[in-house]
Amino acid sequence: MEKPKVKEHHIKRSWCKGCGICVSLCPKGVLELNEEHKAVPANASQCVGCRTCERMCPDLAIAIELEQEHETTD
Amino acid sequence: MAIDQYLRKRFFPHIWCAGCGHGIVLNNMLRAVDQLQINQNEMVMVSGIGCSSRISGYVDFHSLHTLHGRALAFATGVKMSQPNLTVICPMGDGDALAIGGNHFIHACRRNMDLTAIVMNNRIYGMTGGQFSPLSGTGITATTSPQKTIDREFDIISLSLASGATFVARTTAYHYKEITNYIKEALQHPGFSVVEILSQCPTHFGRRNKQGDATEMLQRYRQNTTSIGSEAKQKNPELIERGIFRQETAPEYCAEYAELINRAQQS
Repeated sequence: MEKPKVKEHHIKRSWCKGCGICVSLCPKGVLELNEEHKAVPANASQCVGCRTCERMCPDLAIAIELEQEHETTD
Repeated sequence: MAIDQYLRKRFFPHIWCAGCGHGIVLNNMLRAVDQLQINQNEMVMVSGIGCSSRISGYVDFHSLHTLHGRALAFATGVKMSQPNLTVICPMGDGDALAIGGNHFIHACRRNMDLTAIVMNNRIYGMTGGQFSPLSGTGITATTSPQKTIDREFDIISLSLASGATFVARTTAYHYKEITNYIKEALQHPGFSVVEILSQCPTHFGRRNKQGDATEMLQRYRQNTTSIGSEAKQKNPELIERGIFRQETAPEYCAEYAELINRAQQS
């Protein structure tokens, strides 16, 4: 299967409480916490679009937009 | 985001602490509703009191934030009067099984088409970290500085014994299972119980030296296994995840409609 191309990481800064779950669980080290303790996609180009951060965010602050948006079902 | 339409965004950021597992449950519960394409005007969320019960304020469904432990009692009333609606009751462990213990077992027994979600973080978070009937032995809480001596309930065994017809367990780490089991539970024509182990880093984790939210989540990965796995046979201490029962039995509202029918004909 072709690797999905990630268009953008939508992160609602005001919703993020900086728990760091997304940072720890990202398999590619894409996310970091900035000096304000908010998640930012520091290495966005490494993202494989697995959406683990989106699904594991307790603050519902992250949404991954893929190039060809198709909703994953599990 | 796909689930934005189900949120009352004006109440965000939510009240839960950084790293709270309840947010992960909300996140993946809404994906279940989205995937089933349930009309949000036909969804009712009924909750009681506690951290977990704040969930009903965040969803754009019909919502009832009711008395401590009484979510299932109110939900029973809603479902009896409007059986066509989908009714979901997210509860905390204390709310469901201490304050609401009696309501819980009788709701299981009646087999009304309700979905009970027990977000089990093994502590009363909102009131400052008192131990609950799900804490188990050897746990430090504000009310057990010398560690608990109380044994815990097993939600799965209790639900099975009480007669629930759909019973499942997963954890906040296993987000795909949360969505899948809630989907199954919502579609199940009877009383469903889904237990979700949910981390409370603020009270349970901190007092019991379990580390931050990520460490607590990793613990769920290490301490749980699928039902009947080889790992469970080797290590009986592991907590099983999966669907423990899925069977049909006469549903209460359908039986009640039938009863009315019979009474009118006689």
